[in-house]
Amino acid sequence: MADEALTSMPKVGRPRREKRDKPGPLDYMRRWPLQLMVGATLVFLYLPLITLMVFSFNTSRRNVVWQGFTTDWYVKAFNNDSLLQAFLNSLTIAFFCTIFSVILGVLAAVMLWRFRFPGKTAVEGSMALPIVVPEICLGVAMLVFFARVMPWPMGMPWPLNLGAIIIAHISFAFPFVATVVRARLSSFNRELEEAAKDLGASEWRTFWDVLVPHMQPGLIAGALLAFTLSLDDFVITFFTAGPDTITFPVKVYSMLRFSVTPEVNAASTVLIVVTVILTAIGLQVQNNLSKEKKA
Amino acid sequence: MEQTWKQAKAAFAAIAVPPIAWLVLFFLVPMGVIWAYSFGENTGPITIDFTGTFANYARAVEPLYLQIFLKSLIVAGITTVLCLIIGFPVALAIAFASPRAKAWLLLLIMLPFWTNLLIRTFALIAVLREQGYVNFALEWLWNNASGFMTLIGLQPLGEYEPLTLLYNNTAVIIGLVYVHLPFMVLPLYSALDRMDRSLMEASLDLGAGHLRTILLVVVPLAAPGIASGILITFIPALGAYLTPDLLGGTDSQMIANVIERQFKRANDWPFGAALSFLLMYLTFIAIAAQAFIQRKSERRG
Repeated sequence: MADEALTSMPKVGRPRREKRDKPGPLDYMRRWPLQLMVGATLVFLYLPLITLMVFSFNTSRRNVVWQGFTTDWYVKAFNNDSLLQAFLNSLTIAFFCTIFSVILGVLAAVMLWRFRFPGKTAVEGSMALPIVVPEICLGVAMLVFFARVMPWPMGMPWPLNLGAIIIAHISFAFPFVATVVRARLSSFNRELEEAAKDLGASEWRTFWDVLVPHMQPGLIAGALLAFTLSLDDFVITFFTAGPDTITFPVKVYSMLRFSVTPEVNAASTVLIVVTVILTAIGLQVQNNLSKEKKA
Repeated sequence: MEQTWKQAKAAFAAIAVPPIAWLVLFFLVPMGVIWAYSFGENTGPITIDFTGTFANYARAVEPLYLQIFLKSLIVAGITTVLCLIIGFPVALAIAFASPRAKAWLLLLIMLPFWTNLLIRTFALIAVLREQGYVNFALEWLWNNASGFMTLIGLQPLGEYEPLTLLYNNTAVIIGLVYVHLPFMVLPLYSALDRMDRSLMEASLDLGAGHLRTILLVVVPLAAPGIASGILITFIPALGAYLTPDLLGGTDSQMIANVIERQFKRANDWPFGAALSFLLMYLTFIAIAAQAFIQRKSERRG
């Protein structure tokens, strides 16, 4: 009984939420014009994606009318060797891009956070450039770079033949990681680092045992960002990819030009599901970390 | 306090060299080469001489290309305004929702942003084409309206003509809004969420209506967030390649499509390089303008 009395007590600090009958003056989410607006926006954002996923199960070749349920298009997509290869290439590129981007991004963030050095403003500005430069400009720059300045050797065995694309992806992904990690570092108490050093820890020990654990949520967020940026990229890959280094988006692009069958829908649905799962994992990991911090 | 690099030279070198070297070799050098090419001339099928000519830039400001630049600016501008009009109420509603609903709504806005751009554009095609949902819905409305007209004794409306929603400028703008809406909503949301709510309550208590409170209190307070939302929507929209390529018609080319053509088909790299740098300068002007406005509003506030 006592428990019940405790739980039914109004929570302090949030009295407005207890009254369900009438929206408070600032409860904009409970007013119909805004509810309508939010609802319409979500329909606008999701209707095309849901349609795409639903029609991947359609028996008709054309995406127009629903005729019946089938999983044939998935079988077809999974038996399409070039599509599968493109998917594998994309995942491999994203994997290597993530590893290198996290390493470079962490180093860049720590450098800008820890040191004062001549030309710091210039370095900081140049690090922000890959984030703001239009994709198309970076794409053509990479095309010219790998065509004239540093040709990537032809006929390398897989996955080395993907090197040029991986390099291009790292170049635009690691500044994003640096930004995320640096935001995390700003909440770090520098005295902890000094204390570790006073107690005899080496530079490396301090970095690994003091700084890295603090950066962990930033590292995870940065890694997820790098992975999705790489998996998502079409324009830069389009300019660096050769005939034997097709990635998933480039392959889908050529399929769209050639003929649109529900096979494209099936392949896209697989990628959407992969993205949703990755996002869910990322959110879960971050939730667990923040719970650990509180406990 | 930050350390000076002299206090720990070895550590500084180990930390600073890899990212700076990468940035120089795989970003600044490629950009520099393009910049040099923009002052070059095609002298053979694959040879380019660096002659220091301004001919490429002169060609880029000819009416034909100037028009495409102007059009890209207008299309990106309309996209940004539409994103702001749709995104502001949505961000406002999310910022004032209950914590639980807030988390879900943010996730729902974020999720398409993580989804592949090409897939989203492709998904939009199925909705917009002549045998797509928008036209189906309009046809249904049309037929019902027509039936209603006959019912009350008027002339029926006749056959429904499907609207051409794809392969024109409207399609490009719809596509750009579709793709960039999350970019606008998220910074707006974080600005509105941080805002001091007592000021809004004061305004409402003192008799201002909701619309007046929003226009005269909320918008000025959220101005930095609005400015950054505008910037991060406008910049990618200006350089968009995929959306005009897939959804646009022959007359809805934007600047990125022209650049692509110079490099992949026309094989006129110096001219393409000049166009790329002009696009980049436009981007920098937009960023500088935003920084200027932000500093001005901070000084006033």
